[in-house]
Amino acid sequence: MLSRERIKELKIFATNIRIEAIKALGNLGFGHVGGSFSIADALAVLYGEVMNIDPSNPKWEDRDWLICSKGHSGPSIYAALALRGYFPIEDLMSINKPGTKFPSHCDKNLTTGIDMTTGSLGQGSSLAVGVALGHKLDKKDNYTYLILGDGEIQEGQIWEAVSYAAHAGLDNLITFVDYNKKQLDGFLVDINKPFSISGKFKSFGWHTQDIDGHDIEAIYNAIEEAKKIKDQPSVIVLDTIKGKGWNYCETAPSNHHITISKEQMEDALQELNKQLDEVII
Amino acid sequence: MTAILTENRVKEVKEMRAAYCETLMELAAENENIVVLDADLMSSMGMVPFSKAYPERTFNVGVQEANMIGIAAGLSATGKIPYAHTFGPFASRRCFDQVFLSCGYAKNNVRITGSDPGVTAAFNGGTHMPFEDIGLMRNIPDITILEPVDTTMLKDLIKQIADPFGVFYIRLLRKNAIKIYEEGSTFEIGKAVTLMDGEDVTIIATGIMVDDALKAAEKLKDEGISARVLNMFTIKPIDTEAIIKAATETGAIVTCENHNIINGLGSAVAEVIVENHPVPMERVGVRDSFGEVGPESYLRERFNLTTDKIINRVKLALERKESRCCNV
Repeated sequence: MLSRERIKELKIFATNIRIEAIKALGNLGFGHVGGSFSIADALAVLYGEVMNIDPSNPKWEDRDWLICSKGHSGPSIYAALALRGYFPIEDLMSINKPGTKFPSHCDKNLTTGIDMTTGSLGQGSSLAVGVALGHKLDKKDNYTYLILGDGEIQEGQIWEAVSYAAHAGLDNLITFVDYNKKQLDGFLVDINKPFSISGKFKSFGWHTQDIDGHDIEAIYNAIEEAKKIKDQPSVIVLDTIKGKGWNYCETAPSNHHITISKEQMEDALQELNKQLDEVII
Repeated sequence: MTAILTENRVKEVKEMRAAYCETLMELAAENENIVVLDADLMSSMGMVPFSKAYPERTFNVGVQEANMIGIAAGLSATGKIPYAHTFGPFASRRCFDQVFLSCGYAKNNVRITGSDPGVTAAFNGGTHMPFEDIGLMRNIPDITILEPVDTTMLKDLIKQIADPFGVFYIRLLRKNAIKIYEEGSTFEIGKAVTLMDGEDVTIIATGIMVDDALKAAEKLKDEGISARVLNMFTIKPIDTEAIIKAATETGAIVTCENHNIINGLGSAVAEVIVENHPVPMERVGVRDSFGEVGPESYLRERFNLTTDKIINRVKLALERKESRCCNV
């Protein structure tokens, strides 16, 4: 169980992830704000509390791995890594600029602390299964955390990986689905309905949980429960809001990739700083 | 490299797949990081002995080629050395993006074996007949593409690629090859083997066409034509030096491959020629067609993969060389 104080700290961490991500993307003038913001609370719990990592030794072989298959959420992950001390915060200002170490989509060969290269949707799932199998083979206890997008699970490769992960009994693989209901062209229900996401995973032999993806305590507790499950992979379906934390983005008709003016960035920062103040008080 | 050409080029008793399995078992005994993956073709590939000897290091993922390639890449990120197999068309065209991104772009360490190249898919027919796998794989930066010609070469190459880090595509005949090299021969990846020296023309061949290239050269000798024969078993990185030398010294080139002439060995050689030392060149191979079903002998005739076709193309190349020489 997390203490009240710790929950507060993780809420602050989550808001700071959004603040640093919007500063970097606002400096650039555009970016994947929606999906970066929807997953920020889960990232805060993972990088702030749950994951066994050592920022001074990013390739530590006993570390837990994070594979964000929806690679376009890179900006939030970079912010989380910077806030944990993997590299200076100022580095984030180079996001998507020529020669940057921080591309739109996660790249393990460019960014310190990124465990896998992703971006072509669906592929992170198989990569995560491979990593989890590798750790099983070495009888290691580290966990692999996989983040999938709700639109992304329209990719067939996801279900190939889901099927084999269950067959192989990968209890060291904990997956999150960022169920923010929107994909690039609009709402999932209008494009390709997801029906019951956890129902699908369950029928493939996974342990499933549906939780509020912006509730720090619920995310932490779900991970703790997933860790108790043996011989079965676990999925935690996060009920989220795309663009969460910035009203303009949350309510924008299309928020997968948006342009951000200086005024809009100021608006976002004002709103996020207000949230920070509310948590601190 | 000490490659010794055998005198009697006959069909080998041992199948290529048996040599593949034996070699991987030898490697696995020495190196615990060697793992094997397949997509429901382990028995077709003759890998059951491996799976029995090393069940914990065998991952038969079922009918999921794209997932298999991704899992192989993920395993490699934890230090494993994966050898993943499926039929050539599925290893290449079905999983192209997975091989490109999860393996190549991500700089993971994966060996992919695509079996039954070109017409050797025979009775599996056009759906299973890869005439384009070299072409697809050649588009992936830094990949190494190998086509071992017999069990001697196969064993040597499979062992050699256990150590270096990167993405490797092995284009592999599953059944009995014609023996080209004496046991114990060794090869250098990226370096062509000169099987026969000659002055008038160079025949550059890979895979099942190597024996035909040698036969063609032998017949041409009777007609007073001296042909050099190279076995270009590494299609990428291609042996630029040997190609330029052949163009300079023999003045005409003919390529032979069990693959589409578009973007296969012929294209790779042509690229080197036009950028360095243009000479008349002819290509023997599948001329932009889809495959079809049938015995290999029929398919070889159907798709121009015969000794006679090589001889015809050599003569065409020589005519062009001659006319070019006289026009100057």
